[in-house]
Formats: sequence, structure tokens, C-alpha cells
Amino acid sequence: MTALLDVRGLSKSFGGVEAVRDVSFALAAGELLALIGPNGAGKSTCFGMLGGQVRPDAGRVRLAGADITGLKPRRIWARGVGRTFQTAETFASMTVAENVETALHGRTAARSAETRRLLGLVGLAAAAGRPAGTLSYGDVKRLELALALSNTPRLLLMDEPTAGMAAAERTALMQLVAGLARERQVGVLFTEHDMDVVFAHADRILVLDRGLLIAEGPPEAIRADPQVRAVYLGEGLTFSEAG
Amino acid sequence: MDFLVVQFLTGLASACSLFLVASGLSLIFGVTRIVNFAHGAFYMVGAYVAYVLTERWSGALGYWGGLLCAALVVGAAGAAMEMALLRRIYRAPDLFQLLATFGVTLMVEDLVVLLFGPEDLLGARAPGFKGAVEILGQQVPRYDLFLIGLAPLVLAGLHLVLRRTRWGILVRAATQDREMVAALGVNQRWLFTSVFALGTALAGLGGALQLPREAVNHSMDMTIIVEAFVVVVIGGLGSITGAFLAAVLVCELNAFGILVLPEVSLVLVFAVMAGVLILRPHGLLGGAPAEARAMRLAIPPPWKPFTSAERLWVVGGLALAAALPLVAGAYALTVAAEVAIFALFAASLSFLMGPGGMPSFGHAAFFGLGAYGAALAVSGAGLPMAAALLVGPLLGLAGAVLFGWFCVRLSGVYSAMLTLAFAQIAWAVAFQWVGLTGGDNGLLGIWPEGFARTPHGFYWLALAICATGIVLLRILVFSRFGYRLRAARDSAARAETVGIDRMRVQWAAFAVAGLFAAIAGALFAFLKGSVFPDTLGIPLSVDALAMVLLGGVETVSGAILGAIAYKLLAVWLISETDQSKLVLGAVIVLLVVVFPQGLGGQITRWRRPT
Repeated sequence: MTALLDVRGLSKSFGGVEAVRDVSFALAAGELLALIGPNGAGKSTCFGMLGGQVRPDAGRVRLAGADITGLKPRRIWARGVGRTFQTAETFASMTVAENVETALHGRTAARSAETRRLLGLVGLAAAAGRPAGTLSYGDVKRLELALALSNTPRLLLMDEPTAGMAAAERTALMQLVAGLARERQVGVLFTEHDMDVVFAHADRILVLDRGLLIAEGPPEAIRADPQVRAVYLGEGLTFSEAG
Repeated sequence: MDFLVVQFLTGLASACSLFLVASGLSLIFGVTRIVNFAHGAFYMVGAYVAYVLTERWSGALGYWGGLLCAALVVGAAGAAMEMALLRRIYRAPDLFQLLATFGVTLMVEDLVVLLFGPEDLLGARAPGFKGAVEILGQQVPRYDLFLIGLAPLVLAGLHLVLRRTRWGILVRAATQDREMVAALGVNQRWLFTSVFALGTALAGLGGALQLPREAVNHSMDMTIIVEAFVVVVIGGLGSITGAFLAAVLVCELNAFGILVLPEVSLVLVFAVMAGVLILRPHGLLGGAPAEARAMRLAIPPPWKPFTSAERLWVVGGLALAAALPLVAGAYALTVAAEVAIFALFAASLSFLMGPGGMPSFGHAAFFGLGAYGAALAVSGAGLPMAAALLVGPLLGLAGAVLFGWFCVRLSGVYSAMLTLAFAQIAWAVAFQWVGLTGGDNGLLGIWPEGFARTPHGFYWLALAICATGIVLLRILVFSRFGYRLRAARDSAARAETVGIDRMRVQWAAFAVAGLFAAIAGALFAFLKGSVFPDTLGIPLSVDALAMVLLGGVETVSGAILGAIAYKLLAVWLISETDQSKLVLGAVIVLLVVVFPQGLGGQITRWRRPT
């Protein structure tokens, strides 16, 4: 069976700095894959290369067998990839509902029905009429998710989806995403700083350090991996403290 | 060959003043993010003050002291403008500061005439640099050689100040990241004022140094400001060395362009500028990050279509406007038709700047192309008025499609400067292609026909077309296209990841804005019965900008109010006073200070009290 997302030998340098070096991994439909690593490990660069914002120097990205390397974000979107951004990338001059409606395609009536459904799904139904520019950080993340889901993607790329949320909200949001993954066989790749979220929800974890993939496996194996522990201990953070 | 060398030296000498002016402009923009439109006025004031001082003071010391004192006087005036005016409006939307400095420019243009008289003033020759030197058998003025030597010295001096002093380091830091410098506890007020003082003093010195080379006159400001914009954009905003290279480039293009292709010498400079920007979108030596935040227009609160009560008001207003011929005479109707035409023109620019998020300094290009299109359809092709009104605007549309393709590839102030360059190209073509356009003599005899021959007939025609155009633009804002356009403006990254082709949407908006501006221009040709190159000129572009900003760029219909207020004021002032620019400039400055969100923004606040 072909993987939903297949990444081979992805590399990117900025100036002389190798941000991402020869990264390869695969993601199955319905799987929640976490990409973790210390600050500056290359997570966002990786995400950018998958979403089309950053052009890779080398390597291949395949979506369900089709090569999508270096395509424009728009083209990648058209193939069924939704993404959220680390910083808020919403349409600040519109209301929450207008944000989602603008992202949707199809007839007007169908768009407003779908907007209500998506806002209900991410828990923003009550905020539909609010200007997106006035949302709290957690609500911005919910809107980001609704926008990413607007084309019923088969692959969801989420850069720090729960940053700025309270613990209970994080769990609720990740359960929602996990539900989507299971029911609709959506593949989910996400980065996250909060190890609670990672170990509670990821099926598998990739660990990136200084651009290199240093470990890959189920949460238990990652938790026990001495190399991973060393990287994180180096930051003064242990898994017992964090997770 | 020898002649070419001399021509090259002349170009270098001209580059000196241009470099001084442009480096000041660049410094000011780098630190304060203000496009100082008054920079040309400071240059002109520098020349006038230098003239007065050198006439009073005798001897070499008096002469050179006079030039230096002129620069100091101008620097003090610049600091005064920053403290008295700009400090009050730093929090207003970005282009408001440009508008305020434009108001100052208008005032200065009238003030110099009041103070120094309208005639050209010929200054004395520089002591020690009179006469000429023979180089390769050709005569080269000594003073030119002095200027050629001076420019690199000023460049080196500025470099020293920027690299070696604490003040210079702060200036460079602020150019990179203004917010960070503020966060470090630097006294920004003092930094901004001092940068303004230095920047305007450089402009003043540039003007003073021209004294032995050209007659001082009251239109020096417009010529230099356009060239300085071009130099700053080619060199890269905030880069002094870039400004130097670009000043040399521009002056050499001018010097040799006149020899090789005198007909298109004006076009040449702007074509090179467009070329540089396409290849290096941030100029020769400019960097991207500082500019990214520079010209982001304020993101408005969500717009709402009119409520039914508000629609009634609009219908009532239109009915009143349509009834105007019952009470108004021929002159008033002509003025009213002009107001309607400018309301459509301003609305088209507002569409580009508001939902499109693309400020334009050269929107008159499309207005003028529409006017020429209609006029050529009548005088060249012999078409009747109705056909000319349909065909004429297509020339503006074609221009917008062509220019827009380039402009959507750049961002913020670079895109706006490129629109200015394109407008100047269009102006230069109209000015220089005498065979087709009649050049400065314009195209005459473009009169309306049939029922539109009477003042009330033409007024109704203009009102109907302009009102329809404005309604269509408003419908477009609230259409699917309008939302996608705003999406591209609010977040290009997000727009692309929900399947919106940012460049294509913005390009389409450019075409729409150009088309409606051209429709206004075509009507304008029939209103005046003639077309001249000024329909493409910078003053008209800035008029439109003033209307939009006074109306409030963050509103949908504010531009209409801005156009009505601005145009009526301008027409009334011209009929009432000889110093109309002085009063108009003062009114603009006052409005900017009192209503920093524009008139329309004020009404929005009344409409939706928070």
C-alpha cells in the first residue's frame, strides 16, 4: 500500500545553515504523526516544504503516490492538503464566518451551510459574527483549523495547533482532530511544544534535531530513546517533568 | 568620443544634488517609514534661501557660508515640520503622513511665490569655481568638477556617521527594525526629529548647490521629487550607497538618453526603474524585511453592506443630485459634473487601495489613458461620443492590465512607486509623441453631442455613468471576488493555502480599478472638450490619493465624500483666492490632524459606536 504522504531525502539550507538535512518519513491515512524537536530544529522549514511555502533544495514529497515537490501552495491545497500556521494567518478584516466562507468553494447556499458545520465542529459557532482580528489566541487557532478543513483535506498539516490554549482546550481540540483522522482517514502531521499533547495523542513521533531526523517510533519508544532524552535534557527539560 | 566623456562628466555632476536629496529621503523613510513628499519643497527652499543669503553676504566666505546656512535653515524647518505636524499623526494609517507632507508641499509652492516672486532667479557663480577647464578639447565647467568630487565625500561622510557614531547605529537599527529599537528604550521622538533634520538639511544643501547651475524657480520641487523617488526605489529604500549608485545611473541615463533617443529620454529612466524592480524587487541594495511592515495599510473592521435605511439615504441623495439642474446654473452644473467624475475616479483608486491593499501613486495614468482613448476615438477615428465613451476606457484598461502585471509582483511602497513610474512613462509618451497626441498642445474639440451638449444634459450623463460605476464597484467589494481580494490582502499565505491565486486576484483588481478610472477620464475629456498631458500627471494622482485618504481608506464609500469635499474646495479656492494652493495645503494639513481616520472613518465611528 502506498503511504498517504511519502517524504524522501528532503533538504534545505539558508545561506550556509543546513536547516533540514536528508529527512525521510512516511505517513499513513488516519495516522497522527507528531514532529517534535527543540527550537531551531527545522520543524517549520519542514512544514513549509510540505505546504509549498519553502522550496526544497533536494528531496521528493509524494502525496498518495503523486509528486508534489515544489508545487505552489495553491496547487498543493487543490490536491487535498489543509494547513494551519504557527502565527495567525487569518483574514483579519472579516468576521469569523466570512473567513470560512471565503475559503470554501461552491454555491452560496452550500457554503453557508458548510460554514456553520465547520464552525460548530471547531467550537466557534458562537463567535461566527465576530471580527477575526479581535479573537483570542486560542480562538484564532480554532479558526485556523476550520480554514484548514475547508477543502475536506486528506492530509492536515498543523504547525503548533494548540499554542495559547488552556490544558482542557488542548485536549478537546486534539480529540477533535484525532476523531477526524479515525473517521475520515485523514492523515495528520503536527508540530507541538507541549509534550503532554504529543504523548497523549500522537500515534507515532518524529524527532528532529539540528535539521536531522534522530528518532522515529511510537510514543513509548521515543520516551525511552536515550538520544532523544539527551537532546531534551540538554534543554533542561525531562519527559517526567514535561509529560 | 571626447564629447561622450564630457557628457559623462555632466551626468556625474548632476548626480550630486540628486544624490543629496535622495539620500535624505531614503534616511527619513528608513527610520520613520514616512514617504516625505515635501522633500522636493525642502530642496527648493534650500535653493531660494541660498540665493537670498549669497546675494546679501559678499566674498567667498559669504558665498559658501550662505550655501551651508541654507542647508541648516532647511534642516531646522524640517525638524520643525516633524515636531509640529508629523508627531501628531504617527499613529494614523501610513499614507496619511504622505498626505500631510503633500499639503506642506502645496503650501510651500505658493509661499515661495509670495515671498520671492514668480520670476526665475539667477544666482551668482561660485567663487573659486568660475569658468571652465579644458578636458579632451572640450569645455567642462569647474563647478561641475567640484560637484563630482563632493558627492563621494558626502557619501563617505554619511557612512562614517552611520557606522561610527551611536546616533548612526541607532539610525541603522531603526531602519532594520523600528519596533525593536523602541523596545530597547531609545528615545524615538528625538531620533525621528534628528533624522528629519539631517534628511531635510541634505535636501536643502542639494538645492543650494544647484544655485550656480540653474535658475531658482517655483516648480523645482516636482521635478526633483519624482527623480528622487526613482533614485530611492532603484537604489533600495534606506540604502545610502544604493541612492548614490542610482543617482549616477539616473543622471547618466538622462545625459546620454538625450543624445541617443531625445524623443523617449523621459521614458528611458522609468523603463530602467521598472526593469530594476522586476529583477531586484527591493532595489539594487535594499533589503526586504524593513519594507515588509512599511506600507501595510490599517486593516479595517469588517465591512457591512448598507442597511435598507442607509440605502434610502443614498437613493435620496442621488435624487437630490439629479434634481440639481432645476436650481443650478450652467457653471454650477459643470462643476457638479466634474465632482461626479472625480468621485468615480477616487472610488476606483479606493477599490485598489482598500480591498485591494495596493496603494498607487500614479492612478492618473488610467484616468489620462481613458481621456486620451476617448479623445483619439473622436479626433483620430471620427467616432461619435457614445462610441468614444465605450472605446476610450479600453485604452485605460489595457494600460492597467499591462502595468498591473508588474505591480502585483512587488509589494507595498515599491509597488506604489512603480505605479508612479508607469504614470510618468504614460505622461512622457503623451508629452513627447506630438504626432499622435499633439504633445503639450493637447487634443482639442472633443465636445459632447446631442442631448449632452447642454450643461444639464452632460451633467445627467456624467451623474448616471459615475453613479452606476460607483454602485458597481461597491457591489464588487461585497461580491465573492471582493472577499477573495480582501483575503489576499489580509493574509497572502492563508489565501494561497485556501486556493486563492493572490497575484491573479490582485491583477484583476488592478484592471477593474484602471477601467473605472478610465471611464472617469473619458467623461473628463468631453467635459473639458480637450485632453492635455496633465490628465496623466502626478498632481492629479496625488489629488486622487488625497480624496481617498481624506475620505478614509478603511471605508468602502468614504472616497466619494472625500472627492466631493476636496473637489468642491479646490474649485472654490481657485475662484476665490490667488493663493489656492496655500489654502488647500493648509486645509489638507488641518484635516489630517483633526481626522486622522479620514472623513469616512469618522462617519463609520458614528455609524457603529464602540
